[in-house]
Amino acid sequence: MSTSPIVKISGLNKWYGDFHVLRDIDLEVEKGERIVICGPSGSGKSTLIRCINALEEFQEGEIVVDGIELGPNLKHIDAVRREVGMVFQSFNLFPHLTVLDNCTLAPIWVRNIPKKDAEATAMKFLERVKIPHQANKFPGQMSGGQQQRVAIARALTMNPKVMLFDEPTSALDPEMVKEVLDTMVDLAKEGMTMLVVTHEMGFAKEVANRVVFMDAGQIIESNTPQEFFAHPQHARSQLFLSQILR
Amino acid sequence: MTDITASSFVRQDLVAERPAPVRTTGFIGLVRTRLLNSPTNILLTILGALLLWYTVIPALKFLLVDAVWTGTDRTACLPEKAGFVVGACWPYIQAKLPQLIYGFYPEAERWRVNLTFILAAVLLLPLLIPRLPAKGLNSGLFFFAFPVIAFFLLHGGGINGFGLSWTAGLLQLFDDSVIGAGQGLVGLSKSSAIGPLLWVIGNFIVLVGTAIQWLIFPLTWLRGQLQAGGQSIWIDFAITTIVISLILFYLGGGMRTGWRALASSIATFIGIAIVIKLMGLDHGGLPIVTTNLWGGLLVTLVVSVTGIVTSMPIGIALALGRRSTIPLIRIFSIAFIEFWRGVPLITVLFFATYMLPLFLPGNFSVDGLMRALIGIALFTGAYQAENVRGGLAAIPRGQGEAASALGLSWWKTTSLIVLPQALRHVIPNLVNSFISLFKDTSLVSIVALFDLLGSLRASFSDPVWSTPSTAFTGFAFAGIIYFIFCFGMSRYSLFVEKRLNVHRRN
Repeated sequence: MSTSPIVKISGLNKWYGDFHVLRDIDLEVEKGERIVICGPSGSGKSTLIRCINALEEFQEGEIVVDGIELGPNLKHIDAVRREVGMVFQSFNLFPHLTVLDNCTLAPIWVRNIPKKDAEATAMKFLERVKIPHQANKFPGQMSGGQQQRVAIARALTMNPKVMLFDEPTSALDPEMVKEVLDTMVDLAKEGMTMLVVTHEMGFAKEVANRVVFMDAGQIIESNTPQEFFAHPQHARSQLFLSQILR
Repeated sequence: MTDITASSFVRQDLVAERPAPVRTTGFIGLVRTRLLNSPTNILLTILGALLLWYTVIPALKFLLVDAVWTGTDRTACLPEKAGFVVGACWPYIQAKLPQLIYGFYPEAERWRVNLTFILAAVLLLPLLIPRLPAKGLNSGLFFFAFPVIAFFLLHGGGINGFGLSWTAGLLQLFDDSVIGAGQGLVGLSKSSAIGPLLWVIGNFIVLVGTAIQWLIFPLTWLRGQLQAGGQSIWIDFAITTIVISLILFYLGGGMRTGWRALASSIATFIGIAIVIKLMGLDHGGLPIVTTNLWGGLLVTLVVSVTGIVTSMPIGIALALGRRSTIPLIRIFSIAFIEFWRGVPLITVLFFATYMLPLFLPGNFSVDGLMRALIGIALFTGAYQAENVRGGLAAIPRGQGEAASALGLSWWKTTSLIVLPQALRHVIPNLVNSFISLFKDTSLVSIVALFDLLGSLRASFSDPVWSTPSTAFTGFAFAGIIYFIFCFGMSRYSLFVEKRLNVHRRN
């Protein structure tokens, strides 16, 4: 297989008006790598991963996903989105569709897959996130943890090469965090390339190949979880860890 | 084992019978617990009973008890003849019923109106019942085929061409106006300071127009040949069928998956052919009944149904346009909405009927009813746009983001994710506008169209039925008709709301 990174971010800069949210970000993600992005709130973590599938536009730099180039003019936006799945903090399931319809909508309308095949695939992924029996329920009838697992299944039905997780457990009750994290761990074990913005340091220790620490729109530190948690290099990351790991 | 009878939890003797508690269910219970349970409620109950007594009883007395049911002219409904205070004069309604339903539509042709009503009911009812199948075919028939058939049924007349001729005619018209504009500019150049520039632009436009003329020459020539021949429509029809079907076949995926599109296209054209043959559209069709003869309930229904059906797409398009990121579209939508919301419907109708013909080119005339229809559709469309926008504003941004992240295009996101949710939020508002539109159709009477209310008022002047209670009877009847339609819409919307909002019930 090729050794070129599946996601390559170089010289990425973004401003909200006058506010410089992302500053000279360079990041390479290898195929199968699991990267946890952490940092204090407002440090640009979510903005960064939202740039990867062009939910946010950026002013300078370049993002290449699986050889598809995404510049500031956001060409090839559809091609990139087809390769990248995303899970949101607030689930963003479609409330007017059943769980099964949520999972078949994109395969049917974007990939033009026949309804029967799409439903079979969707059921396969719903089984993987362990909620096949809820397929005909509406999202509003499920718990937060179940909804987030459906959201993961929904993203997987498009067979993405990269999965982005934007604080997937932050909106959940503590007892539901585990079921979602377990699903993500399973996914990681299957070799999915994952970029995860999260405060779950246990998850980072268990599955991440690399922890990226961001502050004030910059990547301050990037290291293996063992090194990062044992010997944080920068004062800012030491402070962050001392506060989060009390 | 312990002796259970010694336990303090076990009764030693039978409990004495007690009287039953005050009933809280049934009619008696309702009266006790809801109507007479406190001094304020007793007072409100008495007031409510009095209100009913003073409104419902007299109304029933007027409509039923004191009403006259049979008769041939006014004498039957005169108090001095009847011998009592006469309430509603129903024979009058009976005598005027045709006028109230058809207006001045010629008696011999009224079966066409009836047939249209029946057709509408047959197509609409299955559409309203969710359980019945084939909603796609049904709505296609109701929203696209029915209006055309209804037009030829109600208005009459035939066609002297089909797709090919129409396309050729439309292109010709477009081309003529292009050349006309160019010649106008050239003419203007003689008396203008920037004359040479205008001359160049004008001549360029004329040149473009001439080029288009050469480009469409095969079409226009073919049309000329067809018109000259005998059975022009059917040859035209056949050519149109072949061309359209082939295009659909190609768009549907060609040899692999296009067969379905081809079959449905050919089936549609066969259906059109049957309708043309049945109604004799190829040789003149039914006798023409001009719209100034239409009236009564017919006009009310034509205006309101057309208004309701056409205002929805207009409203949705404007609402989306108003939220567009493209400045031109957004500004146009805002200007359009604010303009139509800013003027009263009466002004719109007046303008459409009396002023518009003054602005249109001499040979270009639009039927009076049609002008009112367009005015009402645009007017209601602007209102519906704001209703829809309210629903769009209620959709969280995350919905669009999730759809984008899945790779759905803007059109698919809008039609599959955003609009279905937005429209469900605003069903009450939309139906509110429909009901309001239904009643506002009575305003068309100021532009010389006799809707139900207009026909009713016209009938008051008939001396044969001039009695003290004629006007009351007439308005009571019109009120009942309006109420039936509006209440029907209201109840149906509640049903739809409940059904579509299943996902919000936890």
